[in-house]
Amino acid sequence: MHLEDLAEKAADFRAEEAHITHEVRVCMAASCQSSGAAPVMTALTEACGDATDHCKVKGVGCMGLCSAGPLVAVADKDADLIHSVLYRDVTPDDAPDILASVGGAPVDRLRCPTDQPFFARQQRVVLENSGIIDPDSFKGYVAVGGYSALVKALSEMTPADVLREVTASGLRGRGGGGYPTGLKWSTVAKMPGDQKYVICNADEGDPGAFMDRAVLESDPHRILEGMAIAAYAVGANKAYIYVRAEYPLAVERLQTAIRKAKRAGFLGSKVADTQFSFEVEIRLGAGAFVCGEETALMASIEGLRGQPRPRPPYPAESGLWGCPTLINNVETFANIAPIIREGGDWLAAIGTEKSKGTKVFALAGKIANTGLIEVPMGTTLRDIIEVIGGGIPDGKAFKAVQTGGPSGGCIPQAHLDIPVDYDSLKTLGTMMGSGGMIVMDETSSMVDVARYFMEFCMTESCGKCVPCRTGTQQMHGLLDKITKARGSHADLALLEELCEVVQATSLCGLGQTAPNPVLSTLRYFRDEYEEKLRGEATP
Amino acid sequence: MTLQLARPPMPSDDKRWKLVNAAMRRNGYADHALIETLHSVQDAFGFLDETSLRFVAASLDLPLSKVFGVATFYHIFMLKPKGRHACVICTGTACYIKGAGALLEGIEERYGVNAGETTEDDRLSVLTARCVGACGLAPAVVLDGDVIGKLNSDTLTAKLEELD
Repeated sequence: MHLEDLAEKAADFRAEEAHITHEVRVCMAASCQSSGAAPVMTALTEACGDATDHCKVKGVGCMGLCSAGPLVAVADKDADLIHSVLYRDVTPDDAPDILASVGGAPVDRLRCPTDQPFFARQQRVVLENSGIIDPDSFKGYVAVGGYSALVKALSEMTPADVLREVTASGLRGRGGGGYPTGLKWSTVAKMPGDQKYVICNADEGDPGAFMDRAVLESDPHRILEGMAIAAYAVGANKAYIYVRAEYPLAVERLQTAIRKAKRAGFLGSKVADTQFSFEVEIRLGAGAFVCGEETALMASIEGLRGQPRPRPPYPAESGLWGCPTLINNVETFANIAPIIREGGDWLAAIGTEKSKGTKVFALAGKIANTGLIEVPMGTTLRDIIEVIGGGIPDGKAFKAVQTGGPSGGCIPQAHLDIPVDYDSLKTLGTMMGSGGMIVMDETSSMVDVARYFMEFCMTESCGKCVPCRTGTQQMHGLLDKITKARGSHADLALLEELCEVVQATSLCGLGQTAPNPVLSTLRYFRDEYEEKLRGEATP
Repeated sequence: MTLQLARPPMPSDDKRWKLVNAAMRRNGYADHALIETLHSVQDAFGFLDETSLRFVAASLDLPLSKVFGVATFYHIFMLKPKGRHACVICTGTACYIKGAGALLEGIEERYGVNAGETTEDDRLSVLTARCVGACGLAPAVVLDGDVIGKLNSDTLTAKLEELD
């Protein structure tokens, strides 16, 4: 298949809906569904039924502003989110009014302006189709240019060309580590052997992070396309998507996408009529945070307990069943199609010197606009929180923003003006992580937060290595004592010493980074620890 | 020549065992599909008991110790039956910051059960999750499979009271 053939296909799919001029898009991602999007969808579909044939009601993926759900957008057929009329907190009773407004005056009482910074300041690469296409529709994905990157790679590029573009893009792993994607791919490509694997890490375990969930639920074909391109580049033909069992909707949509892509010839043997064959299988996680670590994840795919093993050897040399394996995160794979379509230099033009492209962040906690955003790397924390996020609600004062989940740290007011990228966050004692940002206001005690994360690491420690297994338990005990105002300066000194030991001697990332929340809160909020030592307990 | 292993008979006439068998067959009775198989048992029966663990071990030709090890390692697998209703309180960071603790306290006060326990009349099991990814709606719970967000202790108790 050549690009022209695919373009013809896309044109055919568009022609099938040529009579439609307007779309009513209902967010059917998990968050809006929890707020009652399904009855809204039913009401709109029923009301639209015979009234008009130029308007189509369709379920789409995440539009970002989860706290205002259920969200419904009325748009001209090819318009993006910003150029549509967005309605918030929609109920089934609003259906007639919304349909009556199509092509006319908007319903003011439901209106959610799309020119506000939350929408206007975003730059959508990974989420370009999110909230616009129907995630369950193969035709919908192809109609907006889907699979053109895969067909381009297979028909016009050698695997080496693909590696060159990905390397040129400067893309770094979006799971949190920030390892250069091109370098990882090249390492796997260079390994000898006929059997290689590609794995998509969709075990989004960081509490407070839901970016991957939204991408999987909103644009599943995009992940399959990215994975297929990766497999072609490194010489693999079998892949696994390891996804959390806690995300049933994402699993369902992935299954549908795999089935439809297979039927259309974009998965399976002879992908797009070439000699390349590619099989994808879904593997369900079972609720173990440590399985986000790549060697633990592979153990879990092999049906074992999810316990990490020492590296090296890295998965690129010896991974799944001892074969060379490429593991990337969902968001990393979601960046691949645009890189191949537009060229590596195109992505490299976005972002900062060492962190290219955009990043999806999940805003949650004490912030006005909770939801998903995608901004260029290098956007300042202040912009993200105060402008895009709308600041702190209820007239409270900002205290800290937590990034990087249980492996990250808390950033205080004084550092809000730093541009967010992999390296700047590291200098502040935290990390990018997968992109969860939890905002805390003056009512949160930072010692409690440190204890919360230590409790998390303690229960999630797999128990394989001693420093992590017993160290997290001891640190949690000390933090518990301190939060209950029963701690002494000696306890604090011991806590700091333990942080150092656990960091230096643990086997995997979970233990090595478990002390980070403690260290960062000690660095910026030491006075709160001192208060506790003086006997002022948290209520 | 490959040796054909005899598959163990189904533990009872219960039709749900067929679902478990189907899951194992789909994966060619491969031992690496153990976690998938345990998921299918839990989907069918609600929890994993000794009979099912022995059956899975024999079917996949795995030592029982390994099956038990996996079943106890992963949080999602339950070795005890749940009550008629299950309320999973999300204790992810966003929910924690927005008051998941108060939800748990409210339930404890009203029903006298802690996380991981079931009420004596088997009506309600209270569980916790590490993050259900509904952070935009924090604090959230999953009540019998449905995510409900933006709760406080009173609204949650009211929902629980409505259950039969």
